[in-house]
Amino acid sequence: MTDLSIQIGPLTLKNPIIAASGCFGYGVEYAGVVDLSLLGGVAVKGLFLAPREGHPPERIVETPAGMLNAIGLQGIGVHRFIAEKLPELRDRRATVIVNICGSTLEEYVELARILSDAEGVAALELNISCPNIKEGGITFGCSLTGTYDVVSAVKKVTPLPVIPKLTPNVTDVASFARASEDAGADAVSLVNTFLAMAIDVETRRPKLSNIVGGLSGPAIRPIAVRMVYECRRTVKIPIIGMGGIASATDALEFMIAGADAVQVGTANFVDPFIWTKLLDGIRDYLGRHNIARVRELTGTIDTTAREKEWISS
Amino acid sequence: MPVDVEARVIRNTRLSSEYNVLALAAPEIAAATAPGQFVMVKLGRGSTPLLRRPFSVFEVLRTNGRVDGLTLLSKRVGVTTQMLFDAVEGDVVSCLGPLGRPYTPVDPPADAWMVAGGVGLAPFATLAEVLLARGTGVTLFYGARTARDLFYLDWFRDRGVRLSLATEDGSLGDHGRVTAPLERALAGAAGRTVMVYACGPEPMLEAVARLAAKYQRPSEVSVERVMGCGLGGCYSCVIPIRDGPKGHHYVRSCLGGPVFAGDQIAWDR
Repeated sequence: MTDLSIQIGPLTLKNPIIAASGCFGYGVEYAGVVDLSLLGGVAVKGLFLAPREGHPPERIVETPAGMLNAIGLQGIGVHRFIAEKLPELRDRRATVIVNICGSTLEEYVELARILSDAEGVAALELNISCPNIKEGGITFGCSLTGTYDVVSAVKKVTPLPVIPKLTPNVTDVASFARASEDAGADAVSLVNTFLAMAIDVETRRPKLSNIVGGLSGPAIRPIAVRMVYECRRTVKIPIIGMGGIASATDALEFMIAGADAVQVGTANFVDPFIWTKLLDGIRDYLGRHNIARVRELTGTIDTTAREKEWISS
Repeated sequence: MPVDVEARVIRNTRLSSEYNVLALAAPEIAAATAPGQFVMVKLGRGSTPLLRRPFSVFEVLRTNGRVDGLTLLSKRVGVTTQMLFDAVEGDVVSCLGPLGRPYTPVDPPADAWMVAGGVGLAPFATLAEVLLARGTGVTLFYGARTARDLFYLDWFRDRGVRLSLATEDGSLGDHGRVTAPLERALAGAAGRTVMVYACGPEPMLEAVARLAAKYQRPSEVSVERVMGCGLGGCYSCVIPIRDGPKGHHYVRSCLGGPVFAGDQIAWDR
């Protein structure tokens, strides 16, 4: 019997496959196509204290092997989430990871307080990396002290595991993982989307109403794998890797690079039935390689041969 | 609940150098589809194109009364529609559906007026069948650039649908936009109960919704926004819905639509 469980601080996830925030609504939208209790976790769409309208369309555009989005964090706010969505997620026995966004440090703290009192929240993911909104969020995620401050402030007010979600739009993402670890983060998740843009050359207009947006999908996967690998060499806390995962092989690549768990976003748009395929593929791989527990796989990349080649060349 | 079917192409009928009708062996979806619902379609497993694309279900195919497939009406404008145009019998198309909120069919004595622009004809074959089965009188107002872009006229005529056509070049029917014959009909329909259904380019939908409101008739329009997933996950396909006289809020057209009441949409946003 293969053990797929993984540990994030005090929280045990039944498997390492998590639906990525911003790509799975509030989870309840997908209850008709997937048994939410089968997932390691469901990271719900980013929530502020108040509802938000988001950006006007066009909000997404497809690019080679990927897509840009600038949704602008349209959302119902934390209070309606707790009243209208959380009960159903609880009934469906989903492991709920609530992604929270603040314009100020105080807003993160307030959100953490409110959600710590709600029944059925398993962990908090701090969105300090959304590239599409002007205020807050990414200003914390692009400053080492900002990252440290928001993580330690939230840790002080919640018993829940705290997982800052890191942006790749920095020079050295590993230093942000370390700042998170130093501040007491239970894990880090990475990467959010890459700031990018696309232009219609006939009209010379940007294809997104927000002009710029975040790139996701298979196009970013090799960069994301490299960033997870760098972070694994820098921090001891669990890493939740993401970026263009569309198959069990992709998920395994992130784990071997150093991820304890993975999130899947854009691929869910293409195939909302992907979840059981990912889990079956991981089980099959572990069986073929005689690995009893998935957590034994994390960070097992073998670079010895390459290093020898490098030295002898 | 939607299902994902690896549907075999039964046949591909080219209607012109741009339009085609693709018949797919997806009986599970076809049997569950209500008029105005859509499917999310992808050809091949690759990353180009990466995302599925939304298509209204055009026809529900039956052999000896048994549902055995559906068709899509497509106009060649991008990567996926080019692939649909080029598809051959035996190809496989991933087809997820049925999705979305359908049209609300009316019963007699109400009349149903369907207004189609170009490829916006797509939802009206199934809607006409459902309406006719209820005994509702059906008129199709159908506009395109030119006569060669008006399709399935005999299909609708044979089933008893009245036709009112318009072409931008005047080659068939009214010379100009389809909204001109629609307005004439609305002006001459005093005392009759009419439900207006529309599908086509958004400026046409807005014009139809405003005309229906002007003549105090209800309307339902099917919008087409850039859609990432079709299931409410991505929040890309939003449409501004009225909140009181001035405000609006965004609703995902995959879940709240694609069919909306014409007077719900904040057209000026």
